[in-house]
Amino acid sequence: MSNTTSTAVAKVSFRNVNVSYGNEIALRDVNLAIRRNTIFGVIGPANAGKTTFLKCINRTIDFVPKVKVAGEVCVEDVDVSTMRDVYNLRRRIGMVFPLPVGLPLSIYDNVAYAPRMAGSRDKHALDELVERCLRQAALWDEVKDRMKQLGTKLSGGQQQRLTIARALSHEPEILCLDEFSIAVDPVTTMKIEDVLVELRESMTIILVTNLVQQARRLADDVAFFNKSELVEINSTDVVFGENPANRLTYDYVRGHFG
Amino acid sequence: MPERIADDGVPKTSAEKAGVAAVAAEIVAKAIDEEEIDVPSTGQEKPTQGIFVATEATHRKERTERIARRLLLFGTLILVLPLLAIILNLVTKALPILSLDFIWKNPGSDMVSGGIWAPLIGTIYIVFFSLLIAAPVGIMAGIYLNEYAPNNWFTRIVSLGVVNLAGVPSIVHGLFGFGALVLFAGLGKSVLAASITIAIMTMPVLITSTREALAAVPMSFRQACWNMGATRWQTIRSVVLPNSVSGILTGVILEVSRAAGETAPILFTGAAYYFAVPDNGLAKIFPYAPDEQCMALSYHLYTLSKQVSNVPPELKYGTAVVLIGLVLAVNSVSIAARVYLRSRKKW
Amino acid sequence: MSRLADRFEPGFEWLIRLSGWSAIFFVFCIFIFIFKEGGPYLWNELQYESVEKEYPAGGDAAAEVLPAVKLTELPYEVVEERLLEDLNEAGAEGRIEGFRDVRLEIGERVEVVVYLEPGTDPEKGLAQILEAHPLRQDSSHITEFFTGMEWKPESEKVRKFGIVKLLIGTLSVTFLAIFFAVPFSLGAAVYISEFCTGKVREVLKILIELLAAIPSVVWGFIGYTILNTTIMSVTGRDDGLNLLNGGIVLALMSAPIMVSLAEDALKAVPDSYREAALALGASRWQTVYKVLLPAAKNGILAAVLLGVGRAIGETMAVLMVTGHSLVIPGSLFDSVRTMTATIAAELGEAVRGGGHYRSLFLIGIVLMLITMTVNLIADLVVKGFRGREHA
Repeated sequence: MSNTTSTAVAKVSFRNVNVSYGNEIALRDVNLAIRRNTIFGVIGPANAGKTTFLKCINRTIDFVPKVKVAGEVCVEDVDVSTMRDVYNLRRRIGMVFPLPVGLPLSIYDNVAYAPRMAGSRDKHALDELVERCLRQAALWDEVKDRMKQLGTKLSGGQQQRLTIARALSHEPEILCLDEFSIAVDPVTTMKIEDVLVELRESMTIILVTNLVQQARRLADDVAFFNKSELVEINSTDVVFGENPANRLTYDYVRGHFG
Repeated sequence: MPERIADDGVPKTSAEKAGVAAVAAEIVAKAIDEEEIDVPSTGQEKPTQGIFVATEATHRKERTERIARRLLLFGTLILVLPLLAIILNLVTKALPILSLDFIWKNPGSDMVSGGIWAPLIGTIYIVFFSLLIAAPVGIMAGIYLNEYAPNNWFTRIVSLGVVNLAGVPSIVHGLFGFGALVLFAGLGKSVLAASITIAIMTMPVLITSTREALAAVPMSFRQACWNMGATRWQTIRSVVLPNSVSGILTGVILEVSRAAGETAPILFTGAAYYFAVPDNGLAKIFPYAPDEQCMALSYHLYTLSKQVSNVPPELKYGTAVVLIGLVLAVNSVSIAARVYLRSRKKW
Repeated sequence: MSRLADRFEPGFEWLIRLSGWSAIFFVFCIFIFIFKEGGPYLWNELQYESVEKEYPAGGDAAAEVLPAVKLTELPYEVVEERLLEDLNEAGAEGRIEGFRDVRLEIGERVEVVVYLEPGTDPEKGLAQILEAHPLRQDSSHITEFFTGMEWKPESEKVRKFGIVKLLIGTLSVTFLAIFFAVPFSLGAAVYISEFCTGKVREVLKILIELLAAIPSVVWGFIGYTILNTTIMSVTGRDDGLNLLNGGIVLALMSAPIMVSLAEDALKAVPDSYREAALALGASRWQTVYKVLLPAAKNGILAAVLLGVGRAIGETMAVLMVTGHSLVIPGSLFDSVRTMTATIAAELGEAVRGGGHYRSLFLIGIVLMLITMTVNLIADLVVKGFRGREHA
């Protein structure tokens, strides 16, 4: 494992992080750093610990029963477990799940949800924010005439874009996507990938994906997890090249297992 | 013929599959008829063997099925028809006395004349006060148990306790109310004591229906909100609660129905044999003080049936009809509300 | 408004937590209190119960006139009324203004302040009162409670508290009710769940729900009037308030629970069972009989048990229709008394803390334990069903 980023310029860093659910080990000795304003890809087979990795960053790991987290997870060099206002942390991080979830509110209310909960009341500002986020999520054109419709009545691909719009609505510094293209058609996936490349300028993006080629297309650095361990972390060229640091990486990336 | 085949053309339910099989059989038979398919001739006119011909076993099965079906329908009707017959009987016997006047007039102090206003308003009092106590506590307890309580042994005990409370016979609630509230706490026989007793009796229903209504909201909604930085309470009040209202309302209406009909719990905690309610004025609508006893419709029916002699039958039947009418009306509202809200499902 | 709600969020969360705990508080309260009241009977013999009267020293006229107390607020107005009657009979010509100490407990002395007309001989009046209310002796030991055949709480000399006949009364009426209800309820559940569709099913389900909503006192009324006359005319007897009446009424009362729970159990059997059976050529009825009923048998058993629990705990209906005599029923037309009806009929007359009072609470404990056991068994039975499904 090699990581040439010093933690000083890292947006997110993990130091000796170990996570377990009861007696099961979910993550073992993870050390890495994620640079600012990059797209950080995370690849690996199922049950490798990728989702656990994401949950540690915004502390939704707290909701898992019998969970134990050891080590330091830092955002901007501040250990997240020491943060008192965990809600503020979660607002700084946007999260997109594999399965699209439209809240049973109007489309407008879906996107306006986070700012409203944070206290924003200005209708004008909210209107602007909603439109901006929907445009960024490549959904605006399709829904601009039916903003009052229930979010749950949209198609799967639209709901996923709605989820992304929601994730953007609280103007996060970090955007995490957990296998977002599972329930989405290829055309929508392409649209979203274009959006992600644009967004990189204003935020740090962590992209967990089971589509190895997607990581190759989009990511600057890639981390490869396998069986709860971080096998390798390197720049995309190295990981997908002829000489990654670990033989396992070479095999996985070429589809020899997983 | 199946009523509807799934949208993508693939039959899914057994009825659909059976229907499709039947149609296929028809088509094949027709094709054989019109000689589009070559059936090897065996020299016989009509096929007596083959997979589509009914056998003796099939006939027997069909007969059993028909008999079974009729028997089951008979059994069901035995349960349901008496209800209708009884209601019809009660209503016809009560007809002579049923009128707006009957409802508005107080019972005579001799208990063999007059109307049922005093018991009716008493029942409304009890329902109102018990709802006032049981609803907030029960609903909030339900929210606590489903949304906040950690999944440990203490929560399990609480759940067990709630379920057991639901199973306690109503007369035991009456015992508790009498011993603890009337005597020990010194409330005396009063509207307050009766209401608290009924509130404790109906709380498990409210807790359980609240929990079920909350549990019906998918976890993914909550997780989506939490990931956006919303707190537990914000999530509950903005997404979970508004979508559980119908289930909670059902529980509330059920509580009202039971509070109106139960007698045993109020027997010793607040029901009065007779209470003189003024015949006009504002005091007619607000006649009882919380620390006084009150008349109640359910107890009144019991008194007229068993404690008073020479009661004109229409009076008894009239009381019964009003009580049944009240309870059935409340339950019908609940059923109607459930049907309406189910059609407006949001996901 | 919502922002306001948010500001009070910690408050709300604490309110919610408090309510959760209060639910368990109420549950414990009930169990503890009922055990407390009936408990003493469990571990010692009932002692002498007496109401001693002390004539205040100082003269023949009234020592004190207490402010008029509403007679209806005291739970033992019966005792008071009798005292008054006796006073008048004894020619004492007085009237009782009230009790000085309102808490009547075993062994406690109660001062009765009597206002007598001047010139009356107080000693004479008092002596006659004491004669009319001799010290009562309760001889029941706890084993007698559970095995004694006599239930005589009103006896002047020796009271008896044996619940065997009451227990048999409850069990016989429950058993009869279940015997009537189970076949019809199961049949209805099967019919509604498997044999009918759409509108008909909705209507039937609504009717069953309405049947469940009818209050018990109304059922008692129905049994007392309609069923009573029916039984009398059909059998030619002159009294229709008996075991049979109670059994029919209880059957109709516990049927709706059994129908809806059994129907839930049938609905919970996966459709794949039905499809498999149909694919093999079974008719609807064969599917039910050979496949669904065995698969749902745990849930159905639980449904029946809960119906039993309902029947055991029922009070008003049996109070009004079973005839209330203390016998072990020899035929369907005998009158019986149940435990629940006993409590309902006699609690009003029991002196607080006295032997009768404690016995009634003990009956309450017995009832509670029986219903809790039944519910627990039903719960375990259902869990067994779910466990198997997941395996």
